[in-house]
Amino acid sequence: MTNHWIDVKNADAILIMGSNAAENHPIAFKWVLEAKERGAVLLSVDPRFTRTSALADLYAPLRSGTDIVFLGAMINHVLRNNLFQREYVVEYTNASFLLDPAFGFEDGYFTGWDPEKKTYDRATWKYQVDADGTPLQDKTLKDRNTVFQHLRRHFARYTPEMVERICGTPKAEFLKVGHAFAATGRPEKAGTMLYAMGWTQHTKGTQLIRTAAILQLLLGNIGVAGGGIAALRGLSNVQGTTDMGLLWNSLPGYLTLPSAKAHPTLKDYLEKETPKSGYWVNRPKFFVSLLKAWYGEAASKDKDFAFHFVPKVGASFTHMDLFEAMYAGKIKGFIVAGQNPAVSGPNSTLERKALERLEWLVVRDLFETETAAFWKGPGVDPVKVQTEVFLLPSSTHLEREGSYTNSGRWLQWKWKAVDPPGNARSDGWFANQLAQRLKALYAGSTALKDQPILSLTWDYGKDEPDLEKVLAEVNGYTTADGKPVRGFAVLTDDGATACGNWIYSGVLPAEGQNRAKSRKADPPESLGINAGWGFSWPVNRRILYNRASADPKGQPWNKEKAVLWWDPTAELPDGKKGKWVGVDVPDFRPDLAPDAKGGGNPFIMRPDGKGALFGPLAEGPLPEHYEPVESPVKNLLSSVQANPLAVIYKADLDKLGDPKEFPIVGTTYRLTEHLHTGSITRNLPWLVEMMPNLFCEMSKELANEKGIKNGDAVIVRSARGEVRAIAAVTGRFKPFKLGDRVVHEVGIPWHWGFMGLAKGDSANMLTPHVGDANTRIQESKAFLVDVRKA
Amino acid sequence: MAKAILVDTSKCIGCRGCQVACKQWHGLQAESTRFEGTYENPPDLSARTWRKVRFIETVGEDGRLRWRFISDACKHCTDASCLAVCPTGALFRRPWGAVDLDQELCNGCRYCVAACPFGVVTFNEETGRVDKCLMCPDRVEAGLAPSCVTTCPTGALSFGDRDQLLSQAKKRVAELQAKGEKGAQLYGERELSGLHQIFVLQERPQVYGQPEQPQFAVASVFPSSVTSVLASVVMGVAALVAFRERGGKGEE
Repeated sequence: MTNHWIDVKNADAILIMGSNAAENHPIAFKWVLEAKERGAVLLSVDPRFTRTSALADLYAPLRSGTDIVFLGAMINHVLRNNLFQREYVVEYTNASFLLDPAFGFEDGYFTGWDPEKKTYDRATWKYQVDADGTPLQDKTLKDRNTVFQHLRRHFARYTPEMVERICGTPKAEFLKVGHAFAATGRPEKAGTMLYAMGWTQHTKGTQLIRTAAILQLLLGNIGVAGGGIAALRGLSNVQGTTDMGLLWNSLPGYLTLPSAKAHPTLKDYLEKETPKSGYWVNRPKFFVSLLKAWYGEAASKDKDFAFHFVPKVGASFTHMDLFEAMYAGKIKGFIVAGQNPAVSGPNSTLERKALERLEWLVVRDLFETETAAFWKGPGVDPVKVQTEVFLLPSSTHLEREGSYTNSGRWLQWKWKAVDPPGNARSDGWFANQLAQRLKALYAGSTALKDQPILSLTWDYGKDEPDLEKVLAEVNGYTTADGKPVRGFAVLTDDGATACGNWIYSGVLPAEGQNRAKSRKADPPESLGINAGWGFSWPVNRRILYNRASADPKGQPWNKEKAVLWWDPTAELPDGKKGKWVGVDVPDFRPDLAPDAKGGGNPFIMRPDGKGALFGPLAEGPLPEHYEPVESPVKNLLSSVQANPLAVIYKADLDKLGDPKEFPIVGTTYRLTEHLHTGSITRNLPWLVEMMPNLFCEMSKELANEKGIKNGDAVIVRSARGEVRAIAAVTGRFKPFKLGDRVVHEVGIPWHWGFMGLAKGDSANMLTPHVGDANTRIQESKAFLVDVRKA
Repeated sequence: MAKAILVDTSKCIGCRGCQVACKQWHGLQAESTRFEGTYENPPDLSARTWRKVRFIETVGEDGRLRWRFISDACKHCTDASCLAVCPTGALFRRPWGAVDLDQELCNGCRYCVAACPFGVVTFNEETGRVDKCLMCPDRVEAGLAPSCVTTCPTGALSFGDRDQLLSQAKKRVAELQAKGEKGAQLYGERELSGLHQIFVLQERPQVYGQPEQPQFAVASVFPSSVTSVLASVVMGVAALVAFRERGGKGEE
């Protein structure tokens, strides 16, 4: 989240789209209701009417996979009716920048498309610059080459009529939502957007979120209290895991993982990855400090800080890439903790088959999951499976201490409540054991390949690791004396500091001062910044880009919800006067006056300091709608049917469905009563009694057509497989009228599997191995199925 | 001072935390259920399910779909039929209003089952006695709120002095009406001389499966005497009928 959960209460409008927050974030949803109590309008846009929609002021349905059209039409509405926050847009975004006159867009493609290589040459995706390389601007926004005018032309095709024909949203319903949210374009108003996997799990998920970001920038909603874009994380510490480098292509603190081709040496890495301006100019300090934290003494300056120890990527290792490689027999062993891919992975038939091709598999979990038990799953002959499976009992979150980082970037320490039963061990214990035993195994080796393990700094205790020691390393310290650093501002690129994750630096600024443990709440009538509760990365800042909450002169757009302002009389430590003050930590140089050079550039992580309305991604610098890879209809916006850069896997089990055979849109989701693959919740009788069986939600109209009654058993089938479910025939799903065509959609929760107390088929038997052009996340929110009575 | 639980349906997100918290606090076993086409499960309040959330799909006069949620349990009536017909004194009233149950004294006669106008008192086949929500006297008398209330994440459930909750509820109804929710109404202020579980509803009580005018069952038969033999016989017959209906349903 750019902001945080409690800040949602400050919003004047809340758009929940691509998320079903009431069902999947029921505890935090109280802040949405709090906003409502204070007069906010709650908007729910979803293919079906959910428990979130039930609480919303306005609900609009849309066909899965068409969100860019809906949001694009909101952008068009805002631009055509002059509802954008002009001063914000002119001063804080790249709207006024002039683009290369050769840049353009035609019939689904941006300039530079190579139809043979199927790639883009990005040569024209750039600004016009002067002799110094500074982008040319037209602050009147009238020049046809401005980003602003490109935006107008690009989204002019995204009309309310188009929304009706593509999304199936009645025009009137779309306009109601559009008007309500566009009202936050006034300087003193704020709107926030809450999204989750309903926006990401598409072949154009990244562009979808960019569409949202563009709309938020146009409305001046970024950086302000009650604004922002909220990525709602699906588990309590998902944010923490990505922060710590869990993503295959990132190191802790979102430092790029070096690649074998581009970064053979540290010099290559630092030169290529460090921009000339913006806050990332500090990247070498963060990266070298990370190497020092990991490799200690071995990371000496004359040895390039042991850069050669860092694994370099040569290929893509996303979830689907890993499983395709496993299916192709290229992976020997697999350690699984905190997930259950036999249920959560798309095309589970393929992914379960892939597990059969491993030599060994280690699963750490609370119960025997479907992944651990794949060898005795439906249709599998255990005799023929050679994989050796180790199932290790794991402790629950209540049986171990540690920190959680929530969706709002808050690190909160959590204490152990009870000891784990039997031999169940914590994740920390397992990692500690693995590292110590590998070190012992390689002891004395001089082989180069063993040196990274041998050189790894590892001193957290023998059994259960001291997690505050880990946190101290994550926070960073000066290498000479081991004393904690107070924050990443003092990190250096010469080896004098070590830091395990620069964005977390400051969480433990002095010995014994673990800020994740602090518990001082703000009064309820305040803005809810809660600076004394936990620690929010970076530097305990609660609202990112908060310089943008003040106007170019440094005064808050909204005085009642002021976050930050320029005080010319406030004294600095050196006696000089003038600094940014307010309720939050400034996301800005504290002494940089509004009228100084760069004083009006709130987006400090970007080289130009401006919010990017124009921002290159794999498939273009502006978002464009394409149909999902599996779609029952033709793309009405261009002749390009699906994202030309969507990743489509081609193993024998990677089949795609023909809309003639599979005319119905399928989508998957979660329920309040179960968590993810149900590996815990399907083993808890009280939750099982509430949601005992897999079901398939469908409209009354579709049920009539198919002769299905509420409660009947049905078969849902895709090109990949089929599942047996119970029909939930409901008025909450409606057929989509697209022009003179009717398209049906059905929805299936993905919590079930063949183990546990409540057994059932997995919805991911139906979903394809098809991925987003930028992240390769699976397209499991829009695919093709057919339904029949069982 | 009379206590009560206030259920504000306009703040309920149907998460069913209350339903589970109740089972957890009282150690109530899970029921074996099947998905029958609705999110609601178990199908009804029972000896093992003292609180449950009902899910109701309705279409308003404006043609718009509504999905209503109500956390339902014993209403702890002032004119409590169950208490009135109980021949053994197993059902009794706490000084702060809750209608409680002493399992030791229950003889399993089931008069209360038939008498309850809300259908919440249920016979427990395993124990041969009846069961229902007790409003967590162990918690309340230790200064805590009932477990359902403590668990509710959105403030849809609150616990406190009945008078105070009533004025809070009235204010809420007025707010909802001012926002255009014409169906907003209070339920439980005067019904049966006052319920100790009161509701802010967004529709008529009937929509939520609640009687519009709950009747004191005994009053309709025998105005004053609640211990008369005749009343007991009448109630006994009624209980038997009710029990057979329920039993038959369970066998399907």
